[in-house]
Amino acid sequence: MTDKATPASLDHPEDGSRRDFLLITTATVGAVGAALAAWPFIDSMNPAADVLALASTDVDLSPVQEGQRITVVWRGKPVFISHRTAKEIEEARAVKVETLPDPQTDEERAQNPEWLIAVGICTHLGCIPLGQKSGDLRGEFGGWFCPCHGSVYDTAGRIRKGPAPTNLEVPPYTFGDDNTIRIG
Amino acid sequence: MANPKWIDATVKWIDYRLPVFTFVDHHLVDYPTPRNLNYWWNFGSLAGIVLVIMIATGIFLAMSYTPHVDHAFASVERIMRDVNYGWLMRYLHMNGATMFFIVVYIHIFRGLYYGSYKAPRELLWIIGVLILFAMMATAFVGYVLPWGQMSFWGATVITNLFSAIPLVGPKIVTWLWGGFAVDNPTLNRFFALHYLLPFIIFGLVFVHLWALHSHKSSNPLGIDVKGEQDTIPFHPYYTAKDSLGLGVFLIVYLAFVFFAPDFFGEPDNYIEANPLQTPPHIVPEWYFLPFYAILRAITFDIWFISAKLIGVVMMFGSIAVLLVLPWLDTSKVRSARFRPLYKQFFWLFFVDCLALGYIGANPPEGLFVIAGQVATFWYFFHFLVIVPVLGKLERPRPLPESISAAVTRRGVKTGRAS
Repeated sequence: MTDKATPASLDHPEDGSRRDFLLITTATVGAVGAALAAWPFIDSMNPAADVLALASTDVDLSPVQEGQRITVVWRGKPVFISHRTAKEIEEARAVKVETLPDPQTDEERAQNPEWLIAVGICTHLGCIPLGQKSGDLRGEFGGWFCPCHGSVYDTAGRIRKGPAPTNLEVPPYTFGDDNTIRIG
Repeated sequence: MANPKWIDATVKWIDYRLPVFTFVDHHLVDYPTPRNLNYWWNFGSLAGIVLVIMIATGIFLAMSYTPHVDHAFASVERIMRDVNYGWLMRYLHMNGATMFFIVVYIHIFRGLYYGSYKAPRELLWIIGVLILFAMMATAFVGYVLPWGQMSFWGATVITNLFSAIPLVGPKIVTWLWGGFAVDNPTLNRFFALHYLLPFIIFGLVFVHLWALHSHKSSNPLGIDVKGEQDTIPFHPYYTAKDSLGLGVFLIVYLAFVFFAPDFFGEPDNYIEANPLQTPPHIVPEWYFLPFYAILRAITFDIWFISAKLIGVVMMFGSIAVLLVLPWLDTSKVRSARFRPLYKQFFWLFFVDCLALGYIGANPPEGLFVIAGQVATFWYFFHFLVIVPVLGKLERPRPLPESISAAVTRRGVKTGRAS
């Protein structure tokens, strides 16, 4: 009979660290598990399969006359298609690229010089620039003009003046033949 | 232990098992409140009442609303024309949002003037800032639901702000939208969040009140309660005062609801959302205008950081700075009544906020750009330089001995040797 009721940790000095180890590993595994379990919830907010399935748009270019601009919808966004005149192409190519806020040559932006294809969303805060209709303001470079905060784009959709940081985005597209394109 | 106050047997029986009566007595009836609170102290309880009105009208609106891009606009018009009293629910909810912000902004300026954020009420203040932040998120997603032109383009411009975040910005925007533009998935999740967030605000309000009741209300003199002679019971004194204030508030609120329901709204929001056409002039709701002005004030890059990113950081920073205000303010004196210099800078700051609101409502051209930059500079200069320095330089007026001494002719006898 002993009444020396010593705590277990004194009997087994290594117990303290063993317990700490178990506690910390359990807590860590639990935390990692909880973090991993959060991912399905977060990812469920990303574009769903049906949204992604609508990710390409085919356009017939044959009815678009020279000098005409049309807007098509791709992924819920407007895409500007501009059938450029010889003068517009020349203007776009005559620019000294180094002087631009976001330097890009016209050749880099248009696969076929007659057709400029660009997402019609101002790169500043997402407004739709004017210039698609014949009566619209086009800004001093003959391209597009954003009425929200005054960004001016040229005939290659490059930012020339105003708060927008970059050129109009060129979406991925391929020419099927000379008269059809697939965007996306 | 049943509270000896209760005589009725049923009340006693319940209170012994679930002390609701004691709780109400402790927090709403016998609750000791400084005897000198003025009408600026009405706005906390008013904000709570508006929150309840918003949740009540919102739940009934949700019963008739359809969160789908093809039906949302029409379902709101149906609420306005066909649903019994739908127009009343919607106008109460629309104008309720405006009133909520008016009341809360007054409540915040009250706190700034009387130094309510100082020790030991720092956490109370911080929880309040979180409530403001949650309110803004709720208001923003709620404004998208009617799916008008301003709804759509407001949502587009504000969610696009996140694209300014380096590297992951565009990914985050796609994630927020659930697609490649503001569209049906966006409307659906905004509706879910708009239903959720008010209950989060409700929870925050509970914690706000918990912190409030730990150290009780501050008061216009900004000095601590020294004993019973400085307080009066909440009921009937402040229940009566709050009720009077509520009556006046309801007159103003309902005058807008019945006689000018669209006064604070944008006519463009009665045009259904059109993703292919931007309205010529996008403005947020009035309560966001000062922050919108700060967002647009930065028109220049700093080194490699884009103007857009700096604008976004400043806009969020303008609210975040309030979180650290209790430590920026170095003055030991709470109330501006005894701080002759701070009082002037307070009003200057108030005018600055109004100016930011005015600038935010105008297109960013010409003089408005410069004015927006000056006003934004002053907003931050006030908190980051004026407030800390003033606490060191200013010589406050002498504080009264006690609340009761200041509000009664000779002071109430404390009954204590001092």
